[in-house]
Amino acid sequence: MIMKYIPIKTIQSTVLICLGVIAMSVISGCETDETQTVATFTNLVLDENFDTEGAPNDQLWSFDIGNGPGGDGWGNQELQYYTDRSDNVRVENGVLLITAREESFEGSQYTSARLITKDKFEQQYGRFEARIRLPFGQGIWPAFWMLGADIDENPWPGAGEIDIMEYRGQEPSILIGSVHGPGYNGGDAISKEFTLENDRFDTGFHTFGIEWGPDFINYYVDDVLYNQITPEDVDEETDGEGVWVFDKPFFILMNLAVGGTFVGSPNAETQFPQTMIVDYVRVYKQ
Amino acid sequence: MKNIRNIHLRFIVLFSLGIAVFTSCERDFSDDVQFATFSSNGDIFTDAPVGLTDEFFDSFDPNEGANPEGFGTDDNVAFEGSSSIRIDVPAPDDPDGGFIGGIFLDRGDGRDLTGFDALTFYVKGSITATIGEVGFGTDFEENKFAVIAQNIRLSTDWRKVIIPIPDPSKLIQERGMFFFSAGTQTTNGFGYTFWIDELRFEKLGTIAQPSPTIFFGQDISTPVVNGIEFVITGLSQTFNLSSGINQTVSAAPAYFDFSSSDSSVAIVNESGEIVVVGAGNTSITAQLANVRASGSLDIASNGVLPTAPLPMELAENVSSIFSNEYANAVESIFEPNFGGSTTNFQLLSNDDEDALVYTNNNFTGIVFSNTLDGTSRTTLHIDVYPFDESTAVDVQIRDVGANQVLETNTTTGLPDGDDVDRRFLIEGLTPGQWTSIEIPLDGNLAAQRNNLGALILAGGPNFIFDNIYFFTE
Repeated sequence: MIMKYIPIKTIQSTVLICLGVIAMSVISGCETDETQTVATFTNLVLDENFDTEGAPNDQLWSFDIGNGPGGDGWGNQELQYYTDRSDNVRVENGVLLITAREESFEGSQYTSARLITKDKFEQQYGRFEARIRLPFGQGIWPAFWMLGADIDENPWPGAGEIDIMEYRGQEPSILIGSVHGPGYNGGDAISKEFTLENDRFDTGFHTFGIEWGPDFINYYVDDVLYNQITPEDVDEETDGEGVWVFDKPFFILMNLAVGGTFVGSPNAETQFPQTMIVDYVRVYKQ
Repeated sequence: MKNIRNIHLRFIVLFSLGIAVFTSCERDFSDDVQFATFSSNGDIFTDAPVGLTDEFFDSFDPNEGANPEGFGTDDNVAFEGSSSIRIDVPAPDDPDGGFIGGIFLDRGDGRDLTGFDALTFYVKGSITATIGEVGFGTDFEENKFAVIAQNIRLSTDWRKVIIPIPDPSKLIQERGMFFFSAGTQTTNGFGYTFWIDELRFEKLGTIAQPSPTIFFGQDISTPVVNGIEFVITGLSQTFNLSSGINQTVSAAPAYFDFSSSDSSVAIVNESGEIVVVGAGNTSITAQLANVRASGSLDIASNGVLPTAPLPMELAENVSSIFSNEYANAVESIFEPNFGGSTTNFQLLSNDDEDALVYTNNNFTGIVFSNTLDGTSRTTLHIDVYPFDESTAVDVQIRDVGANQVLETNTTTGLPDGDDVDRRFLIEGLTPGQWTSIEIPLDGNLAAQRNNLGALILAGGPNFIFDNIYFFTE
């Protein structure tokens, strides 16, 4: 993953307005005004409920194996070795379990798993959401995210990255949503934190999603829309240098990383194993 | 008073059920019953005490060094509002007392804290000292639900402290609202001030991932015989806070549900007290709010301890240290608490027979209150009951010399100064039965045994002693 967090301040007011607009449209059914874009993705095209025990459905999911093509922890000095073993990834009782373990394996101290839908499910625009219960602890880094499907020909950050959910295990009430692209990536990604008040993400399931259209990506958690990122935001954040690349198919990734630059290493108090529990992944389009 | 009320309620419930059954009364029985409830106000101090006793601060006993003078409120300092609690921690030599601590009590019958998950407050210090202990549930009566967090680090700015409740469902009527104890251990004896504000029970919703322990999370095993008693120690609860910090508190036994896997071997009560009652194996474990606590005690019981062999020496030829057959020649300290000792010692009292039970012994001793002139004695007698085939205990008979001070080189363990000893390794015995050992007072004791002062016991680690006496052959 190539996702670092830099807070931004400009988008909060937009969100509030946006929430208001959604509320109005629900109540009155009126059309939105020119400045707001509201999603109407109602056509369910992917409904992965993890109903078959065992390995995840290979018609939909592939695995990234190892510690990254450069052996550098997937660009982030992550400490885990990804496998497709049932110890690290399996479907059980209607949920997907991605489990990070502390064990020596292929030269790494930890094992875990990363699932991808590359070449199996790719889509431009739509509503992408997953219902997940997150793990916790220092150095624990789960993510539900997307990459541009042309990444083989158009390397990162050109391909673009949409981080629907990232989270640091040592901050169990804080969710981070981001986009990365040319001119805004890594530590300069366009990003926003959302704090779950009087609750945390590791004690129950929460729905993490985006609504993505031609000129916007709306971020939400449960029933709260907490951010909207538009080409104008990219322009503003990058002084016109950044390029909006979210106009082509993307694929989905889900993984549980351990350590790395984004979260720091686990410490003596981090409990293992840690499991990210996914109830469903759903994708809608217009 | 409270007990009476509860009994009364139970009676009403039963009685109402009876009516419902026998008369087919249509009224729902629950309409008839109003269970007593208590104030669910979580506030303790905002700008003034909230619902506390008139004393407000109930100090620890000044006779034990507590300083009741350093407590007050401060209208010039507040995190929020106009006033805070001010605590002046005294120097150890303060004539009014060398530390400060005490409790705040609810002025009524207690509060219902089941809707909260933590005690919280803001605190700041005049310097970055550490407050020794902070908590709640201490009421200077049963302290049934006492909770203590240790080592609260002060900042010179306000900082929020969160003390999680191990299991809020237990706190239906709690009077112990706040507890603290502070000294100058971290400030080299220099006094300091700290302020507390916005002290209350709160429902944070972010207290999660409970991780309780007993025996400090360790899995312990020990051999025993009937009548041995243990108290479960190392009781704690740890929660992960929204800050990512794992906050551990010590928790009273009443928060836990203890169990013995075989209650014909040992039973454990709700206070965490274990009594061995039969032969066999059992494992003592616990749950807190349905979460299994880490740590356990595996007990291997030999059942009834047989009576040690009856001593046959004439009383006039005996200087007894420990025996039911002879009067003591000298009183002894059986738990000298030597630094670094891991020994668990128990005086086992059966009907007419006492015995000294040692488990997990690395080194301990039987230290005589006064020295014993053993010049006319020739032999030390000990009856030994080893738990294991490998039991090997080194008995070191110590003469402490003319200065009558037990002097040991802490590096080598050898006698120092004018002390001498005679060492004898008891080993190769049959476990589960008594063997009489007789150790001649020769070697270094041949010339010096007029100030016998102690028996040092090294190794073992698991054995029982009885009938320890010097005698003349």
